[in-house]
Amino acid sequence: MKNKILFSIIIIFLISLFSIFYVGLNKTSIYKPKTSLNKNIPFFKAKIYETNNEISSNEIFNGNNYYLVNIWSSWCVPCRDEHTFLMKLKKNKKIEIIGLNYKDKQKNAKEFLKELNNPYKKILLDQDGTIAIEWGAYGVPESFVILNKKIIKKVIGPLDQKTFLEIEGILK
Amino acid sequence: MKFFNFFILVFLLLGINFSNAEDKNLIYKITKNIRCLICQGQSVYDSDTEFANSLKILVEKKINEGMTEDAIYKHLTMKYGDWILYKPKLNKNTYILWLLPLLLFLVGGAIIFKNLKIKKN
Repeated sequence: MKNKILFSIIIIFLISLFSIFYVGLNKTSIYKPKTSLNKNIPFFKAKIYETNNEISSNEIFNGNNYYLVNIWSSWCVPCRDEHTFLMKLKKNKKIEIIGLNYKDKQKNAKEFLKELNNPYKKILLDQDGTIAIEWGAYGVPESFVILNKKIIKKVIGPLDQKTFLEIEGILK
Repeated sequence: MKFFNFFILVFLLLGINFSNAEDKNLIYKITKNIRCLICQGQSVYDSDTEFANSLKILVEKKINEGMTEDAIYKHLTMKYGDWILYKPKLNKNTYILWLLPLLLFLVGGAIIFKNLKIKKN
């Protein structure tokens, strides 16, 4: 009787172990960050591009309209690709685009904007990359759609036609 | 008096060095327990990517602001989830991870104990 119980426990244990590994095999091991969230925006202070005056996040996101925070840099090649979509989004009056210039030289950033035009209402400087970390970013480019001080959408990587239409959908 | 001033100066310098060393050790400890999310199997401490370098600076800033080790982990998991920690905290998602080895140890121990008792008898 005892042996039977022990035998069934071992069998159950092996079956459950097998099922865990089987499910694990089919699951992708590539880490995918969550892109749909409803998190509060982080509190931070940053210098404004060119004027170098300090501004806090509370002063920037104090309106009831939509905001798009776009992390960009002049040395980032995909940022060039997404720039046309940012220029298109600029035409929509429901959203304000805030740029976060990531680990960049102001001179290069200026040339970048001169060449491709400036879609940003405000540009903040993030010279050591810590403000991007406060936003939960992984690198450049990355964008966050904000409403009422909450992040309602996150786009990791450059904006493209699909994500542009998704953002336009949110704004309707 | 001069000797006394010199003594105070040396003491202060040593004190600053000690606290700096402590802070540095804490930074190393924390960054070794944080996963570089854009790397393959590297901690933030080991990595030299822009992401890892920014995280190192952030950890240093938070320590200087007086944040504790646990508070820094909590701050980062709020932004990036449990995956950022190599040693995840005990919560409903990690119960099996933490408790299964303990359970197996207890069951194994019980079996051995029982066998020994049978042998003695």
